[in-house]
Amino acid sequence: MDSRKAIDSKTKKNLPGFLEPVGKAFSEFGKRFADGSLGTKLSHFIFGAGNFYHKQYIKGFLFLLLQAAILWFMIFCPSINGTPYGYKALLNLPLKNLSEGGDFDPVTGHFTAGSDCKLMILFGFVTIAVIIIYFMVWNMNIKSSFKADMDRKVGKKPTTFKEDLKELLDSKFHITMLTPTCIAATVFTILPTIFMIALAFTTYNDQDMNNLGTNLFHWNGLQNFRAVFTGEGSLGVEIKNRFMPVLGWTFIWAIFATTTCYFGGIILALLINKKDLKGKKFFRTIFILTIAIPQFISLLAVRNLLGEYGPVNAMLMNWGWIKSPIGFLGLNNGDSEILAKVMVIIVNMWVGIPYTMLMTSGILMNIPADLYEAARVDGTSTAKMFFKITMPYVFFITTPYLISSFIGNINSFNTIFLLTGGGPAYTGYQAGGTDLLVTWLYKVTIDQGSYNTGAVIGIFTFLITATITLVTYRRSKAYNEEDTFQ
Amino acid sequence: MSTNVHPKKYRSQSRNRAVSLSVTYTILIVLGIVWLIPLAWIVLSAFRCEFQPDGTFIGRVTSNFFPKAYGLKNFKDLFGATYYGVPNAFLKWILNTLLIAVIDCVISTFLVLSVAYCMSKLKFRMRKPFMNISMIIGLFPGFMSMIAIYFLLKSIGLTGNPSHPEYSVIGLILAYSAGAGLGFQIAKGFFDVIPNALVESAKLDGCTSFKIFRRIILPLAKPIIIYQALMSFTGPWMDFIFAKVIIGADNAAYWTVSVGLYSMLFGTHPDTNLFTQFAAGCVIVAIPIVTLFMFLQRYYVEGVTAGAVKG
Repeated sequence: MDSRKAIDSKTKKNLPGFLEPVGKAFSEFGKRFADGSLGTKLSHFIFGAGNFYHKQYIKGFLFLLLQAAILWFMIFCPSINGTPYGYKALLNLPLKNLSEGGDFDPVTGHFTAGSDCKLMILFGFVTIAVIIIYFMVWNMNIKSSFKADMDRKVGKKPTTFKEDLKELLDSKFHITMLTPTCIAATVFTILPTIFMIALAFTTYNDQDMNNLGTNLFHWNGLQNFRAVFTGEGSLGVEIKNRFMPVLGWTFIWAIFATTTCYFGGIILALLINKKDLKGKKFFRTIFILTIAIPQFISLLAVRNLLGEYGPVNAMLMNWGWIKSPIGFLGLNNGDSEILAKVMVIIVNMWVGIPYTMLMTSGILMNIPADLYEAARVDGTSTAKMFFKITMPYVFFITTPYLISSFIGNINSFNTIFLLTGGGPAYTGYQAGGTDLLVTWLYKVTIDQGSYNTGAVIGIFTFLITATITLVTYRRSKAYNEEDTFQ
Repeated sequence: MSTNVHPKKYRSQSRNRAVSLSVTYTILIVLGIVWLIPLAWIVLSAFRCEFQPDGTFIGRVTSNFFPKAYGLKNFKDLFGATYYGVPNAFLKWILNTLLIAVIDCVISTFLVLSVAYCMSKLKFRMRKPFMNISMIIGLFPGFMSMIAIYFLLKSIGLTGNPSHPEYSVIGLILAYSAGAGLGFQIAKGFFDVIPNALVESAKLDGCTSFKIFRRIILPLAKPIIIYQALMSFTGPWMDFIFAKVIIGADNAAYWTVSVGLYSMLFGTHPDTNLFTQFAAGCVIVAIPIVTLFMFLQRYYVEGVTAGAVKG
């Protein structure tokens, strides 16, 4: 034990903080190999050997099975749609040349054309994930054998398979509970995200590939990111000319959408919770209706209400206020961009105010009544009470909500997509006047098939939201004292 | 400030209060009407039954807010119609969405609760890294991974499979529920409030972590279970982008109801004469969801509050 501690303190001294766990793992690894029984030593090469040594047959067999399966996967490279997994996938991952990659055809001596580069990248990352899993299982198998060694040493019997299973419901319960999520989230969230990040560094763009008459693409480094500032590439000019305006509008939108809904919601909550007001529940229900109804219904209703042939324009025309329909939402070319922007913010209030109202109702009722009583005795005006008592109190408690709703608004896809579709459109450009980064990302990838550009926009969006989160959340009490709260 | 001492002041004060109260009522009623107009517009359009002089039915957006005639024609047409070559498409969409919603609801709720319990009440080495990773992943726009999920599902035949178009339903369920566990924050916030002492004392009595979860945490977690179930059940009814991309534009028999309704207005062959049918469909979809929300309102409020105002 002493030697271990010595190594520990040594690694701690010499390594920077983030490497500490790595150093620790290595020192642990060396110790296990040196101190372990023959079984443990063998376990480093054959999974489950240590368990067989300690007569834990089922466990050993499971480890062995896993090792065999992964090795089979790595060596025999099962393939889907002609794209292989395993070591071939690792070889494919560099995608060095347009004409190479894919499965090797021994007859012609060439790689098969018609291979799918996006699958090569995807499968490459899957294979890397499998390798990581291999080493995790490897570590688990050594650990399990070493534990049996230790049990033997102190005269205990190594645990039986039944006891191990029981352990999974008690001291290792977190493993049981987290495994489904870890697997599912790795496959359906983490892997896809990494894959899309990777696409930002490729030439994967349907337009380019159609022009070249190929379905293969290659890595191109930071070129797509450079295109945002220089305008090179097939979508380059579009990206360069529209990036800054869209980014700016995304911020303006997020600021206005967050603040209008926030203050509007608080004021609405104050009105509804006013003393002596009857029918509180009735009013609250009306506003909750807009939350309960799917947004694609309510927003499309608003869109048609305000549309060219809708009742609002007809009414204004009947009254003689306007001669021809107003394009409130910028659905036609030539409609006012400013008007469309103002309208989305206003309509968004209709969507967002009820949320804040719900959220703050409870908080408002918790404000100590004697604060108001004291202010009233001093003859403070209602407005002053609002700014000096209500707002500071509510603001203090709802800061996390304010941050998350700001980030939510940056990523607010539905409101823009359903209301204006990003319009008014610019001829020749994908991003219209009210497009946010996310709706632009959608248009560029789904409509245009320009996956690399879409990925670049996505990464920029991430950088923005991540910066905001880092700066605000990590400083907040909620994050730092997360586990002391209880 | 008693009435005997300042009768005049009291009277003026009570008059002030009455004025301010009636102003509040007025504002709330006006706002209430503003909030209800778009919803009323959809309901009125659903029951709109107007004909042109030559006898053709008017199904497009009309400029008169209140219909000149009411009827159930839109609902009849909606259920009887063949859309995109699929007979009785609307009923199929509804049943399909119901199936997806129920399965998603069970899987997602289970995943969220299990992760939230681990993060809140169990201590282990990977806890903090896990929380950080899930937060970072959550910051990427969801649409970014949507495309990749589509490719992934397609490569294993769970979408865009010509011989088994019904597999895309499985694909969509996976896409909805697989990542659910990373959205544990609200449920964790709820579990955090359950006193640790409760867990500790149960542990001293020899309870396993599993038993603590089943016997102590779950019974106390009813509100958050209902909240999570409500959210994941209503999700598939509300989302249409994921459903559209994963199930595919040319796979109309397996669409969810929102994709179908959306396509009536903006499909590959948008028919401007389908607006009233669209409205009828919206009413049918909205009624059960709104009813659920109204019944479970208390839990919904508890959930959003637990998630947002901690700290």
